Amino acid sequence: MATEGLHENETLASLKSEAESLKGKLEEERAKLHDVELHQVAERVEALGQFVMKTRRTLKGHGNKVLCMDWCKDKRRIVSSSQDGKVIVWDSFTTNKEHAVTMPCTWVMACAYAPSGCAIACGGLDNKCSVYPLTFEKNENMAAKKKSVAMHTNYLSACSFTNSDMQILTASGDGTCALWDVESGQLLQSFHGHGADVLCLDLAPSETGNTFVSGGCDKKAMVWDMRTGQCVQSFETHDSDINSVRYYPSGDAFASGSDDATCRLYDLRADREVAIYSKESIIFGASSVDFSLSGRLLFAGYNDYTINVWDVLKGSRVSILFGHENRVSTLRVSPDGTAFCSGSWDHTLRIWA
Amino acid sequence: MERMIVSMQDPDMGIKMRNQRLLITVIPHAMTGNDIVEWLIQKYGISEEESLHLGNLIVKHGYIYPLKDPRSLVLRADESPYRFQTPYFWTSTKWPATELDYAIYLAKKNIRKQGDLIEHEKDNYNLLHKRINHTWDFVVMQAREQLRAAKQRRKGDRIVIDCQEQAYWLVNRPPVSAGRGGGLDPHSRPRPGQRGWGRRGSPPALSMVLSLQPGAPNVLEQGPERRNCHTTRVQLTKNMDYYKREIEYCRKAMARTRVKSSICLEGYIKFNEQYVPHDPIMSGCLPSNPWITDDTTYWAMNAPTVTTPTKLRVERWGFNFSELINDPLGRAQLLEFLKKEFSAENLSFWEACEELRYGEQSRIAEIVDSIYQQFLAPGATRWVNIDSKTMERTLEGIKTPHRYVMDDAQMHIYMLMKKDSYPRFLKSDLYKNLLAEAVIPPETKKRVFPFMRKQRHSSPSPALLLPAGDAEEKSRSPSTAPVPEEES
Repeated sequence: MATEGLHENETLASLKSEAESLKGKLEEERAKLHDVELHQVAERVEALGQFVMKTRRTLKGHGNKVLCMDWCKDKRRIVSSSQDGKVIVWDSFTTNKEHAVTMPCTWVMACAYAPSGCAIACGGLDNKCSVYPLTFEKNENMAAKKKSVAMHTNYLSACSFTNSDMQILTASGDGTCALWDVESGQLLQSFHGHGADVLCLDLAPSETGNTFVSGGCDKKAMVWDMRTGQCVQSFETHDSDINSVRYYPSGDAFASGSDDATCRLYDLRADREVAIYSKESIIFGASSVDFSLSGRLLFAGYNDYTINVWDVLKGSRVSILFGHENRVSTLRVSPDGTAFCSGSWDHTLRIWA
Repeated sequence: MERMIVSMQDPDMGIKMRNQRLLITVIPHAMTGNDIVEWLIQKYGISEEESLHLGNLIVKHGYIYPLKDPRSLVLRADESPYRFQTPYFWTSTKWPATELDYAIYLAKKNIRKQGDLIEHEKDNYNLLHKRINHTWDFVVMQAREQLRAAKQRRKGDRIVIDCQEQAYWLVNRPPVSAGRGGGLDPHSRPRPGQRGWGRRGSPPALSMVLSLQPGAPNVLEQGPERRNCHTTRVQLTKNMDYYKREIEYCRKAMARTRVKSSICLEGYIKFNEQYVPHDPIMSGCLPSNPWITDDTTYWAMNAPTVTTPTKLRVERWGFNFSELINDPLGRAQLLEFLKKEFSAENLSFWEACEELRYGEQSRIAEIVDSIYQQFLAPGATRWVNIDSKTMERTLEGIKTPHRYVMDDAQMHIYMLMKKDSYPRFLKSDLYKNLLAEAVIPPETKKRVFPFMRKQRHSSPSPALLLPAGDAEEKSRSPSTAPVPEEES
């Protein structure tokens, strides 16, 4: 018996060393094609001038920390969720609240607007993702028509509709992502591979619409094929949890924001990290990132209550925006790129333009 | 943050500390608020506003404390004296701030100030008194001892120690939840040794009554606990399977084609050139950005379906095929063009395939059949021209219909439209006319009375546009944007 155990250990050790050496070779391969840095290529691009962005709307109404928000395709409505379980739909242009739902759980960390504008999805500590059709009927309670779609074994950290109202992609603290059919609640595909909680996801804007990227507490960002459930690419250069991932508008790259106080840009075709956005004076984690429409600017919300605006190509910080009185927990640019919205633990959301 | 603090205290490069005067007492090793702000500006090349913000956070986290007005953890950029908190009291050291210690501290204060404590301290004191009544004698005795020992020290040192303690408790004041059994939650300390400040600690299920200090955010507040998946099934046991998977992944990854960095990065530059003029935040938008001027004309002019599209929009259709097909107006124009070329069924086929891919699970068989009947069956009214191999594969796949059964065929048709019809579209008279007739909205003239806010009109919610039954219908078709009808 003892010798068998030994044999197993040897194979384990040899597998481990094989895996490690392959990883090293992979890194070498990746490095071979890296012939130039982004900021070098970007030298000939015109520098950005003075940058002025102000808070144009402040949405007050949540009684507790705002954790997540999403825009409607009509470019002015948003849905936001907070720690006390409240999910509110606003017309952020007029700052009117249009709908409100109280979830049966606290810490609603994920919410999403359906592409048609007729429903919202949200979830958090209840380990589920529920879809609420939006109704204006006076005598109808929104909670009555609620559909429980996703079921995870741990908290829901992110959710997003795909191209239609009928499918939802979720990420969870149980280390997996999953694709669900809204109507039946059926699990269509699950994605295993993260070694710890998955905190964020984003769908690729590519023509084929088949992939998405997720980031987690294992410091990895992984790109998945939605059809097969396989991980097609993986990037591990952050030093801490990845809180947010967002695709570059062309779909060829994505940015990530992490607790290690940096944001990074990963190119999918070159299969490597191509830029790091960091500054010595920024010592708090980045909770949320998004690109402007052209991808020239990267807006990142941090746990030190500020929003830093980065020049994606040159790698420098363009501006720092103050205003929130507690951590910025969520940040999204509007669908037509005219403004972006930030939500914070100070109970408010702000629209900046 | 601690690295920053350490560099601040560096004897050569750090902040110059001197003896500061606090009223009549001299405090050694102190600095002024101004010193701190200046040093931060110098070292990190940041603005005064940012430096002040950063400095304030350092004070709020308890690494620097004020000597004047120690109850308010605020950094003032003036001559007010500050000192570095002793590492013993740093929040990252897992020194458990127990209720007992807090009780002793409050008791000391109570004795010294002869009952004159601030509101929330009084409340806490009473609560603690009730909770740990059994050890109260010990508490009072300890408090008296510490006070006596303190009297032996010089006034300057006494002030320093008082301020140190006060700052520490302001940051770390343990939540005293009235009526709940048990003491301090053991999970509420941030995990040590981490550089970032995102460590999560408190299980959110226990809704904690946090610090009673109103207004200021509790800097130790954390989000829901992370990495608790270690206790569930995702335990990444580094066993043979794990390594086998890693090896397989690496092998596949080695085999993939990679593109040279220079080419990829050039791609960004090109993309940037093309899109920056269309980026409202970078280049502004005409007539004006609705968020800035409260004028929604921009949205009205760029609504999904509008009679005359703007120039920028029509130009964008020329960037690449997906811009054209993803814009409802562009797609409609494409359809018009394809009709002229007698290949409109391609677009319809593609749309039907999208409906399949993103549709309800229960309707898959139905949709596949409908696609077959309309587009693939021999003699179908809108037969699409796919190469025989793909057709064969697809027809075979239809026997067991699933969501992705049309993928190959769909890709084939998409590429056909993209490589063949699209370039012709761009050269066509149809497109040229669109460009010529497209409008360039004039810039909104600056209002004479800028302080008078324009009335902000609401718009009908997309959820309202159709009665409930039709809303279901509408939500079925993928990627149709709702139409915000504006009052002109």
